[in-house]
Amino acid sequence: MQHLATRRFDTLVIGAGGGGLRAALQLAQAEANVAVVSKVFPIRSHTVAAQGGINAALANVLPDNWHWHMYDTIKGSDYLGDQDAIEYMCRAAANIVIELEHAGVPFSRLPNGRIYQRRFGGQSQNFGGEQAARACAAADRTGHAILHTLYQQNIRARTHFFDEYFAVDLIRDEQGYILGALALEIETGEPLLIEAKTTLIATGGAGQLFRTNTNARINTGDGMAMALRAGIPLQDMEFFQFHPTGIAGKGMLISEGVRGEGGYLINKHGERFMERYAPHATDLASRDVVSRAIYSEVKQGRGCGPQGDHVLLKVDHLGEEVVATRLPAIRELARTFLHIDPAQAPIPVYPTAHYTMGGIPTDRHGRVVVPAGQGEEVVPGLYAVGECACVSVHGANRLGGNSLLDIVVFGRAAGNDIIEYLRENRYHRPPNSASVEQALARLARWERRGAGERVDGLRRELQQVMEDHCGVFRSKDVLEQGLDKVLQLQLRLGQAVLHDHSRIFNTARIEALELENLMELALATVTSALGRTESRGAHSRVDYPQRDDERWLRHTLFLREGRTLDYKPVRMKPLTVESFPPQERTY
Amino acid sequence: MKFLVHRYNPETDAAPYMQAFELQTVAPGMMLRDALLELKASQDEGLTFRHSCGEGVCGSDGLNVNGRNVLACITPLAALHEPVTVRPLPKLPVIRDLVVDLSQFYHHYRAVKPYLIAHDPEPEVERMQTPEQRAQLDGLYECILCACCSTACPSFWWNPQQFRGPAALLQAWRFLADSRDHAKAQRLSELDGPYRLFRCHTIMSCVEVCPKGLNPTRAIGRIKALMLTHQV
Repeated sequence: MQHLATRRFDTLVIGAGGGGLRAALQLAQAEANVAVVSKVFPIRSHTVAAQGGINAALANVLPDNWHWHMYDTIKGSDYLGDQDAIEYMCRAAANIVIELEHAGVPFSRLPNGRIYQRRFGGQSQNFGGEQAARACAAADRTGHAILHTLYQQNIRARTHFFDEYFAVDLIRDEQGYILGALALEIETGEPLLIEAKTTLIATGGAGQLFRTNTNARINTGDGMAMALRAGIPLQDMEFFQFHPTGIAGKGMLISEGVRGEGGYLINKHGERFMERYAPHATDLASRDVVSRAIYSEVKQGRGCGPQGDHVLLKVDHLGEEVVATRLPAIRELARTFLHIDPAQAPIPVYPTAHYTMGGIPTDRHGRVVVPAGQGEEVVPGLYAVGECACVSVHGANRLGGNSLLDIVVFGRAAGNDIIEYLRENRYHRPPNSASVEQALARLARWERRGAGERVDGLRRELQQVMEDHCGVFRSKDVLEQGLDKVLQLQLRLGQAVLHDHSRIFNTARIEALELENLMELALATVTSALGRTESRGAHSRVDYPQRDDERWLRHTLFLREGRTLDYKPVRMKPLTVESFPPQERTY
Repeated sequence: MKFLVHRYNPETDAAPYMQAFELQTVAPGMMLRDALLELKASQDEGLTFRHSCGEGVCGSDGLNVNGRNVLACITPLAALHEPVTVRPLPKLPVIRDLVVDLSQFYHHYRAVKPYLIAHDPEPEVERMQTPEQRAQLDGLYECILCACCSTACPSFWWNPQQFRGPAALLQAWRFLADSRDHAKAQRLSELDGPYRLFRCHTIMSCVEVCPKGLNPTRAIGRIKALMLTHQV
């Protein structure tokens, strides 16, 4: 290893979305030496695009209680969520939102001066009763408001930022400790080794797996793929959320908050079809339920438009005032991409790939855990939070408003646990050159010249395969064909070459590294989906339409080595309250 | 559709130049970002620009297009004259092609202390704020730091070291206008002097180009007004 630039920190945070920044803030305020590596300038992270709100039982608008929130989250997860982690999150929610407000988040307000809360899908009072109003909102720009505030507080706390550095791989020693990561400075093309006593992965989801998605181009699941390459399994990857209301054919997200404010879906007959699928909650049923309903309406010939390929989200009855004050960004989106003013005309929508429920398995302290003997053990020095992690608080289906909550609750929890870890592990461990060489080889591979396929076409093919073979409804045959196709694409990617070998700001190189990551995750997703022969939450098998608690009330673990599957039990025991046993799930 | 794109790769080019590209098919509703991605995919993978969310919220893809600063992802091709001339944001060091060095822009942002400063003990609940007080932040907090405004501002071109620029000053006002913030005097004194704030000559280029429809000139005017009443 010659002249590899090296920096040393107590903690390396990979990813500067809400999860990474909340953890970094906790650490910086505790005087830990923390570095945040991000492939984009922090406020360009995808948390910025979250719209509707963050759940907390503040009871500012309607009666509420963290225990009801816990019940809704478990039911929403189709009973696959771990109940200890869910209790922890729902109990922490109120404080964490108050903390965000104190930090400066410009939440919308009620006439009495308190934080505005809106109705969101899957929320109920009193364990399945009337609709609750639990999503704390800053108009329809809640993610933007939270991300900017967290970045601002990190400026104040003097966190070290490595902006526009791409994390290549984790560095691991023979004893299994994570020692930091190899990164690539995008501007110069130079590798940089960042040594750290603790490493936190907060790299977000992998929405770019699918052709039509609500996600930013950066959402390529880099951290999850790094974990796989470090020998860590990924959990529950078959559960991918399709948001019911993406702009039809384009994918941009139209917040659930639109339905929360009173918007509703209609088919080509003008019928409010959700009344048939979810008689009680109708348009505010859980996302998996609404997405399947829209898909079925279109399939059965009741779709709207000349192709009959979407349904309509009606908003105009809410009036100018509500649209202008509560949904200004949605209005902007509809105007820009559809030339429609939602205060005047309905928005064409269709289910769109949105959120990775699965990810790097962790406990509720954000510590990464792997199977060991009869149970699990912690990977020393490694943490993961947010969409890249699987705690699991979302189980088989995430509730709207729980993703912003997840990132700040577990960002803070991981920060606190890291502070403890640093107290007991005062010194950096010796570096491991074999692991560094392996990471460098990943970069060197793309120096290969000569004839070969380009990366961009392969990415488009992969996204099409995933959309066609691993979408809202799945079956054995279709998934098996999908797996074959992904394997073929991976072989072809191995032979692909770059035509641009510049060092300086080479985005083609970054996209090649990202596609390698997506390819790993596509295999994990399709393989896990094939394995689970039941329908639960977002995973709908037409050949196994029922939920099967007898056999499948357990988490999937996908291992890269040999593409094998393993399983582990769901933690049904909460921290302090009674367990919520599985029940039939209706809305 | 014809494009003229600013190219510069410091490893191979002695000087920047404009390169002509042509796209054979332009789908309806296509945005400028889609076109750049298509050119990158089909003609030159070395074509370099920043972009991410594709819907105008991450602020990555500010560019100078036909002489005007815009976000590529929300700029419809249909609205552009040919050849579409695509340059990096003006007057900043170019790293490569359309990618500029934003260090100074970010420095000015950090320098206005863009975070809430409160001195009273934190209440157990949220700090109260009426809808009217909260409405003071509308048109301010939505900024996405795309740098379209500051790099369109002649005063910022002339005094890039000293003048904070419209984006940073919009954020300065965002915290001055926040009923929860307690650092008014400190914020105002840090903006005092001939340059940081007062280099704004209300040319209003910032207002004209802001892709989010925000009004930094008005915010700057309000800071100036507040500064006067504070000194009296």
